[in-house]
Amino acid sequence: MTVPLLSLQGLTKAYPGVVANNNVSFDIGTGQVHALLGENGAGKSTLVKMIYGLVKPDSGVMLLNGSPYAPSEPRAARADGIAMVFQHFSLFDALNVAENIALGMETPPAMRDLAKRIREVSETYGLPLDPFRTVGDLSAGERQRVEIIRCLLQDPKLLIMDEPTSVLTPQEVDILFETLRKLKSEGTAILYISHKLEEIRALCDHATVLRLGENVGECVPADTSARDMAELMVGTTLQTPERSGRDLGDVALDISGLSVASPGEFGTALKNLHITVRQGEVLGIGGVAGNGQDELLAVLSGEIQTAADAVRLNGQPVGNLGPTARRRLGLLTAPEERLGHAAAPDMSLTENAMLTGSVRESLERHGFLKWREAQGFAERIIHDFDVRTPGPDNAARSLSGGNLQKFVIGREVLQRPEVLVVNQPTWGVDASAAAAIRQAILDLAANGAAVVCISQDLDELMEISDRFAALNEGRLSTPRDTRDLTIDEIGLMMGGAHGMEVAHV
Amino acid sequence: MDLSSINPVLLIASLMVAATPILLAAIGELVVEKAGVLNLGVEGMMITGAICGFAIAVETGSPWLGFGGAAIGGAALSLLFVLLTQVALANQVASGLALTLFGLGLSALLGQRYVGIKPPPTPRLDIPLLGDLPVVGPILFGHDLILYLGIALIAAVWAALKYSRAGLILRAVGESHDAAHALGYKVVRIRILAILFGGACAGLGGAYISLVRVPQWTEGMTAGVGWIALALVVFASWKPWRVLLGAYLFGGITVLQLNLQAAGVAIPVEYLAMSPYLITILVLVILSKDKSRAPASLGKIFHASH
Amino acid sequence: MIVLERRPQPSRNWALATPLVAVLATMVFGGLLFAVLGKNPVEAIRTIFWDPLFGEFAFYYRPQLLVKGAPLVLIAIGLSLGFKAGVWNIGAEGQYIMGALAGAGVGLAFYPLDAWYVFPLMVIGGALGGWAWAMIPAILKVRFGTNEILVSLMLVYVAEQLLASMSLGLMRNPEGHGFPGSRNLNDYAAATSWINQNAGLHWGVAAALIAVIFAYVLLNRHMLGFHIRLTGEAPRAARFAGVNPARLILFCLGISGALAGLAGLFEVAGPAGQVSIDFNIGYGFTAIIVAFLGRLHPLGILLAGGLMALTYIGGEIAQSQLGLPAAAIQVFQGMLLFFLLALDLLTHFRIRLRKREVA
Repeated sequence: MTVPLLSLQGLTKAYPGVVANNNVSFDIGTGQVHALLGENGAGKSTLVKMIYGLVKPDSGVMLLNGSPYAPSEPRAARADGIAMVFQHFSLFDALNVAENIALGMETPPAMRDLAKRIREVSETYGLPLDPFRTVGDLSAGERQRVEIIRCLLQDPKLLIMDEPTSVLTPQEVDILFETLRKLKSEGTAILYISHKLEEIRALCDHATVLRLGENVGECVPADTSARDMAELMVGTTLQTPERSGRDLGDVALDISGLSVASPGEFGTALKNLHITVRQGEVLGIGGVAGNGQDELLAVLSGEIQTAADAVRLNGQPVGNLGPTARRRLGLLTAPEERLGHAAAPDMSLTENAMLTGSVRESLERHGFLKWREAQGFAERIIHDFDVRTPGPDNAARSLSGGNLQKFVIGREVLQRPEVLVVNQPTWGVDASAAAAIRQAILDLAANGAAVVCISQDLDELMEISDRFAALNEGRLSTPRDTRDLTIDEIGLMMGGAHGMEVAHV
Repeated sequence: MDLSSINPVLLIASLMVAATPILLAAIGELVVEKAGVLNLGVEGMMITGAICGFAIAVETGSPWLGFGGAAIGGAALSLLFVLLTQVALANQVASGLALTLFGLGLSALLGQRYVGIKPPPTPRLDIPLLGDLPVVGPILFGHDLILYLGIALIAAVWAALKYSRAGLILRAVGESHDAAHALGYKVVRIRILAILFGGACAGLGGAYISLVRVPQWTEGMTAGVGWIALALVVFASWKPWRVLLGAYLFGGITVLQLNLQAAGVAIPVEYLAMSPYLITILVLVILSKDKSRAPASLGKIFHASH
Repeated sequence: MIVLERRPQPSRNWALATPLVAVLATMVFGGLLFAVLGKNPVEAIRTIFWDPLFGEFAFYYRPQLLVKGAPLVLIAIGLSLGFKAGVWNIGAEGQYIMGALAGAGVGLAFYPLDAWYVFPLMVIGGALGGWAWAMIPAILKVRFGTNEILVSLMLVYVAEQLLASMSLGLMRNPEGHGFPGSRNLNDYAAATSWINQNAGLHWGVAAALIAVIFAYVLLNRHMLGFHIRLTGEAPRAARFAGVNPARLILFCLGISGALAGLAGLFEVAGPAGQVSIDFNIGYGFTAIIVAFLGRLHPLGILLAGGLMALTYIGGEIAQSQLGLPAAAIQVFQGMLLFFLLALDLLTHFRIRLRKREVA
């Protein structure tokens, strides 16, 4: 048998309180598209950070083409032909494409030559990109292209991709897959990290499944059913949320002709939005990140105020009210960013319960705070939503992502909202917590609340929403019934392969 | 009142001298801020540089050794800021204030024996023919080397930020330390170097006040120049050439109000003396619209989580 | 290799212990400094920390603690509210001067009327003077987004020039034979802030205690205080909770300006006695140290104010008895802030030793 390109043998890495990787071994062959599959928190990120030299293993060895490989830093990994496309945090918004790419190279050529090479590579692989555009102005898909081209310019032997499709429309995913297949045909190996099973079945030659930091099995995705892979990944059979048929009531939330200028330099303006949601209904809003999701949530929470008539709650104009007044009337929201937006990281859960609960749970009188009642409310959230924490005195930061998200959603759900707006309710949350959160949203709707769920997880939206609309560059498509939507139609609503036809080549 | 006593050529020449301390401190702070660090201790580093430079120049008789010592002194004080913000991960605003308060005390302590002494003169460039030219001579060719060094620093920082790889990395660290870290750049090391550079520049600027501009040592003699330098970085939108422009503007105001005082204008001395500070505020207000240029990670604490 | 490991939540024990450890570390390093200056370090430290409280002349120095501590606490309480919310008013010295000028101006305007309402009006004048001076950076920040640090600091220099102008001009004592400085307010019974001069009691001491209680209740029991803390911890979460950032900035700067102004008025109408060019001795800057040393907590600030007053008085004793330079005390105070900021690390992080892997 030939020597594998990269062989991982018994890699172990522990952090205080958690073993991120425990004795993980597998091989990646030359020209192989190898999937690394696992839930959030299964240890995928830690593993690739070790391969990329950002983290050093506690024990275990790696062999690259049969010889020991122990990168001390990413630079060393890049020098050995290993490149990585990150999920987050590796581009500089204020710098242009060429500068961003130069930063990821060891010995970049002069800017003019680099720009020329960027154009060449981007055309060869069907990834059009203007080297002199500022990265902050690019769409999520274009930003990903910057990272991919940055990698390709170094002729990598192994390309690591961390959840690359989470920021793409279905059409853009197809284009990405074409690029990856072309790379494979040229002999580049790809380590493809994902939890999306259908993608892996479509693309990958081989899959390694991680669960709780351990390698729990390998398979050939094409020969394995998605169900079997899911069970390997999760360990138990998951309950899918139940939807009971329900009757829709009156219009609870009515947005008409809402336009808002972009709140920041790299934000998105909302353009002429029309939304109506009835009592008992779940409206799903999809779209690629950065197309106005945060702004829409801010407009609904009251962080951005508009003309009074633009947003109506049960017929009453609320567009010019602040967050507190809207809460009083029953419009509650849960933002995407758990730490720092939905919750204050260093404050206790009791204080975080006070953060949005003061009005509806009567936790204040004449401005004076009732801490005992707030603690009671926090305890109720912890109990009802099975939040794993020693108690309400613990800081929000000390909770795991899934538990904090359950706390944040629970805090709003328990306040009996008339309308609940959630943004990315299960982002970065493990499967069981995600299932519990979706169930809570559905139960809330079943009891007559109107729910708007903004998410980038299309599977989630298809599972829980009655109607679906997509945000694209600040515009919202006309909502459609989810039951008769195809994946292609959804993709077109999200803007199709956007950026491809307008890219400045 | 006798406005005719103000000589425009001398005014411009002395404007350049008055601007140099601000210019030196501000270009140093610009580099620090480009790396994503907000060091509010400029005033403290300047006054430390002022006394270090003064003491060493007096003891050795060499102004050049004095300037060297001032740069080292300023950098040494900024090392405390490094310890606080890059090692102990303390709040940068509080640490900068601490640096200023500490520097003011330290300089007063060091300077006790130097009050009322004259430092050795800093020689001026003496180019035979050029220096004798009317108007242009005294303005362009009649200064000391440090003044030209300041202008050269502006050009060097501009070129480095725009064209060099080191400059690109510095800007990248200031834009997003997380991304820079993910690419394998040593965020903390780069920031430490930037802070030390800023400290050295501030120290030089301080010594320019005590050795050239005044020249003698009095407690608290920087009198807010360090803070004006900080404002100047904002004014300049983090662009080196605009630092030069801003420094000359402030230098001009300072020199003009001194000249007006000397000429006996009917405005009370106190109101003339407060004008540079009021104009600084005014400029901050006028330029407040252009905020987009601030490095995105400015003032944020970086801690690699793995 | 030393590795910092973020604690899941800030350690309460370390939060309480760091100021004490910082004081001890400052004593050690301050002692070293004094030794370098040729003084006996043990004697110097004893002179600074022990003599004012328990020495031979403690009966004289103890009241001085109240006199020096009151303005520090009063200003620091106001600053701490802003610092907690991330609003950095470092121009308290200027607000202190303006409060003193406005308050003293009211008093001087009534001279020589002997009426009960003169002093209360002066108090209002002092608070308004400081408040108005702080409103300049506040309004500029809210309206134009200018940096309040720079603006408030620039205004200190402006205030100092105004002070010079006033004590040489408008407020100069007409019976002062041309010397700079106003009438002595201590000679004007209706305008003095002394309650009992021998005990060191003036209305500023009472105001400081009230401010401590007020701040404690505000921060721990009231929505506004909660919003202040929330804004400092997580500005986005604060907006989400319904905080109006502009109003909060106006409140924090306004209240700290008013308290600094009050401190200035009580000082000028009592311990200082008159408006003079250099009646301000940097309380506005030292209060920044007091605020941090007290961990931005009202009770902590009360203790820290006392401690800092001690170093002032002890420093003066050391100056006269040991010939310790005044600047050494300033360095000593700066050192204290350094150690406090550095040691704060232990509240948020664990320090671990880990051997460097040779992979």
